[in-house]
Amino acid sequence: MNGVHDMGGMHGMGPIQEEKNEPVFHERWEARACGLSLAMGCFGKWTLDALRHQIELIPPADYLRMPYYEHWIAALVELMVKTDLVTRAEIETGKPAQGSPRMSPALTADGVSPMVANGAPASRKVPVPPRFQTGQRVRARNMQPLGHTRLPRYARGKLGTIDRVHGAFVFPDTNAHSLGENPQHVYSVRFTAHELWGQDAPARDSVYVDMWEPYLEPA
Amino acid sequence: MTSDLSHGHEHDHKHEHQAVPSDPALRVKALESLLVEKGLVDRAALDALIDTYEHRIGPRNGARVIARAWVDPAYKQRLLTDTDAAIAELGYGGMQGEHMLVVENTPKVHNLIVCTLCSCYPWSVLGLPPVWYKSAPYRSRSVIDPRGVLREFGLELPEHVEVRVWDSTADVRYLVLPERPAGTERLSEEQLAALVTRDSMVGVAKIAPPGQEQRS
Repeated sequence: MNGVHDMGGMHGMGPIQEEKNEPVFHERWEARACGLSLAMGCFGKWTLDALRHQIELIPPADYLRMPYYEHWIAALVELMVKTDLVTRAEIETGKPAQGSPRMSPALTADGVSPMVANGAPASRKVPVPPRFQTGQRVRARNMQPLGHTRLPRYARGKLGTIDRVHGAFVFPDTNAHSLGENPQHVYSVRFTAHELWGQDAPARDSVYVDMWEPYLEPA
Repeated sequence: MTSDLSHGHEHDHKHEHQAVPSDPALRVKALESLLVEKGLVDRAALDALIDTYEHRIGPRNGARVIARAWVDPAYKQRLLTDTDAAIAELGYGGMQGEHMLVVENTPKVHNLIVCTLCSCYPWSVLGLPPVWYKSAPYRSRSVIDPRGVLREFGLELPEHVEVRVWDSTADVRYLVLPERPAGTERLSEEQLAALVTRDSMVGVAKIAPPGQEQRS
């Protein structure tokens, strides 16, 4: 979707605000929110792609105003309600519904180390060879999907060069919508700053964008 | 990035969750209590997760990788060509670092990492990202005006240096291999690691020679 989250190339967002000796979490609720989101993800009721898309669905003005971990909490609540882990009424009252069964946590303390150490690789084996080779000229498709995509607007329709073939990975555009992992080859595509931003951009500079094969066509 | 009450109140209004406390701290507390009471969340697991990213996994991991690459040319070669395996040699890897690539800064090339679409970041070697990395100003301008962004971080690059911006739009996470500063020939690997900053591994800073002020 063409949401405000897709902000590459926008102006007017203000100066970058660095903070010296920044803590990992500024307030305890941020730490708890981070932990809750990671722990609830372990039920396997939604994918990371679905979580990202849920964050993209936050109305633009709210998205820009909310602190980062509020995005996580807002998306977590929606996903938990959608997947029947909790009800809207439970969220509003803060109490389990009467007679609701007691569940078991998907993540326990002793599960944290293996979860962090193993991660969740999104690489997959696919039976088809990559369509494009390193050095090949490609064009990013001009597409405007209403659902989740990882093809940023600033690259759509632009000419680039395959810099590297990464291997095949789960395809977010389907996986975010429970339409399957549908793994596709992923490429690092080099776009010159001239191609993306016009002739006033510095001649030597470039942006490398990782792209799934369906985002690309031969040029 | 504040979490003031009025903003939360306004937000709740819009979504008709008036019964929910408006302060994010109260809301998250209420949510945690609910999920614990339903048996969905183990508080000890949250504590362990938080401890992991507050105390165990952070930019010191990446700094050790960089220092090793500086002192061991064979390791550097492996790091650039078989990144995941090379990082695993030092015991790092896993969540949000499953598929890594290291890009090398040289006198002619400067690399900068961003995620314009969300906030993808190599957790396994840098920990959780700082607020500025996740912020709209950084995400919006890094791709269209990387030199301007670097200037805001106090780094002015000569015109002849090629800037490469890496937008982390897929599952690959990027780490910059910064240039080893002059005057560090006699330093041990450990001492070198102490010089390596988080910002240099994202590409928004260079590493100052020893004795000069470092950026975070």
